[in-house]
Amino acid sequence: MPNVRIEFRNVSKRFPARSRDGEPVTAVLNVSVSILDGEVVSLIGPSGCGKSTLLNMGSGLYLPSEGEVLVDGRRVAGPNPQVAFMLQKDLLLPWRTILQNAEFGLEVRGVAAIERRERAHALLKKCRLSGFESHYPHQLSGGMRQRAALARTLAVDPLVLLMDEPFSALDAQTKMVLQQDLARTIAAERKTALLITHDLVESIALADRVLVMSQRPGKIIEEIRLDDLPDRDNPMLRRGRPRVQEYAARLVELLHVREKTEAESI
Amino acid sequence: MEQPVETGQSPRPDARAEPQSVAVIAATVATPDESGFTPGTIAASVAVLVVFLAAWELLPRAVGVPEFILPPPSKVWSEFLRVLANERLLWHAGITTLEIIAGFVLGCLLGVVIGFVLGLSPKAELVLSPYILALQIAPKVAFAPLFVMWLGYTVYPKILVAILIVFFPVMVNVLTAVRTVDPDMVSLARSFSATRLQIFRLIEYPASLPPLFAGLRIAATLAVIGVVVGELVGGNLGLGYLLTYGEGQGNTAMVFVTIIVLTLIGIVAYAAVALLERRVLHYIPKVQHVAV
Ligand SMILES: Nc1ncnc2c1ncn2[C@@H]1O[C@H](COP(=O)(O)OP(=O)(O)OP(=O)(O)O)[C@@H](O)[C@H]1O
Ligand SMILES: [Mg+2]
Repeated sequence: MPNVRIEFRNVSKRFPARSRDGEPVTAVLNVSVSILDGEVVSLIGPSGCGKSTLLNMGSGLYLPSEGEVLVDGRRVAGPNPQVAFMLQKDLLLPWRTILQNAEFGLEVRGVAAIERRERAHALLKKCRLSGFESHYPHQLSGGMRQRAALARTLAVDPLVLLMDEPFSALDAQTKMVLQQDLARTIAAERKTALLITHDLVESIALADRVLVMSQRPGKIIEEIRLDDLPDRDNPMLRRGRPRVQEYAARLVELLHVREKTEAESI
Repeated sequence: MEQPVETGQSPRPDARAEPQSVAVIAATVATPDESGFTPGTIAASVAVLVVFLAAWELLPRAVGVPEFILPPPSKVWSEFLRVLANERLLWHAGITTLEIIAGFVLGCLLGVVIGFVLGLSPKAELVLSPYILALQIAPKVAFAPLFVMWLGYTVYPKILVAILIVFFPVMVNVLTAVRTVDPDMVSLARSFSATRLQIFRLIEYPASLPPLFAGLRIAATLAVIGVVVGELVGGNLGLGYLLTYGEGQGNTAMVFVTIIVLTLIGIVAYAAVALLERRVLHYIPKVQHVAV
């Protein structure tokens, strides 16, 4: 029986009203998600439905207004070493070389210089950036920069990876290459991951489960298990399977229905 | 820009595309001088100078402008040699230079410290912002007579004017830089459990260096202005004093000499800051180095 790595237990998040007499914004409403050890779950939903908010609660940057987030059964009360996140922006620091950027998390956590250099080197190699250690971010292409960001995220050896549209700023080919890299790495290291994406095929190609969120206030309205799809570590292969198209059609339908109800309610 | 189109199909597609981009990047990095200067443009610049000096030498004489109104370059040069020998030009220039350095360094330090303090504490900025704005609008050089009255005919009032005039562009640039740091970068550091001090040291401080240097470059030229105004107002020290002395003598050539020496000092000050900036901000692509 695999254990639960990260659990969102009845979490809600309300943001204070912008203006004095405005309503507070409920971004996430009573969401419960458990992700097992080694599982990859993708999360899709309309823009503004609270996906990023959920992820920020997972990383401890926001605290839930209600409910709690548990990592390995322990309550998350702030940023913690078990969880690392990766965003659409690579957030490489322009004044640091690629190697220094990959070391960043380790440096913040006080790892000794020699050790962090070693680990950063190893991860850059894994992310196929060997030879670029002393380059600066602006000298790299978008795909390479995002790979450097992945190396930085993996360097701190987190149990759980939280990813917020990590590839959505990349062109189609680069994106596929990085998806392949990511899937392989996650499988090899047996990481647990939550992946937010707007790309329906990506959500199917990379994950064990797809969660669909509703319009704000965000709730999980559907869970699709992809148990009958093999090759989670090889999205390139998985994409070609006919079942993927069926699942994608299902997601289109789910998201489309939501759009319609929104149009009616306005 | 990274991969050719057909790579999507093969299993390890970019494995062969990558070395290509290594070469491309190495090529762009190796390009020696991206500033755009060529021997041609430099020769043209020198030619402009020569034409200008020739015109200055010949035109006024041709039109009949007397030498005591507009001395020609040759007269300015001989006056330069005279002032150098008889009027302790180097001594005065040295004093002015030291005042500029002292005013620049102290004013910048103050600007950096207060800029960071206000940048990191929005409350303090809200409280102080009306006064900061008022002081920023006030013509700083107008304080020169006041400082001379307070501190006498010494170097200190000059340094004080320079500090005051240098302080604002530096402080404002640092303040806005700290405010505009990408909040996602701060979140990133926080997600690695960074302390407040680490966030400052690893993110906010380095992120505000480029605007800081833009402020320093402005400050370098302002420091010269501040010191000269201070010297004009009172005392018998520095190039500002030589200016008023030359004026009192009706010696136009001497005024020209002093203006030129002051300009040279200003250029050196600016170049020193620009050089330091290139050292410190070496990671910024050259194309973005725009002289202000
Ligand atoms: N810090 C904040 N303060 C106030 N409101 C916020 C804050 N962060 C998010 N919100 C609000 O919460 C809602 C959900 O935002 P969130 O960023 O989680 O959406 P999302 O699902 O990630 O959208 P997208 O797909 O466009 O990234 C939005 O209406 C947003 O305006
Ligand atoms: Mg989002």
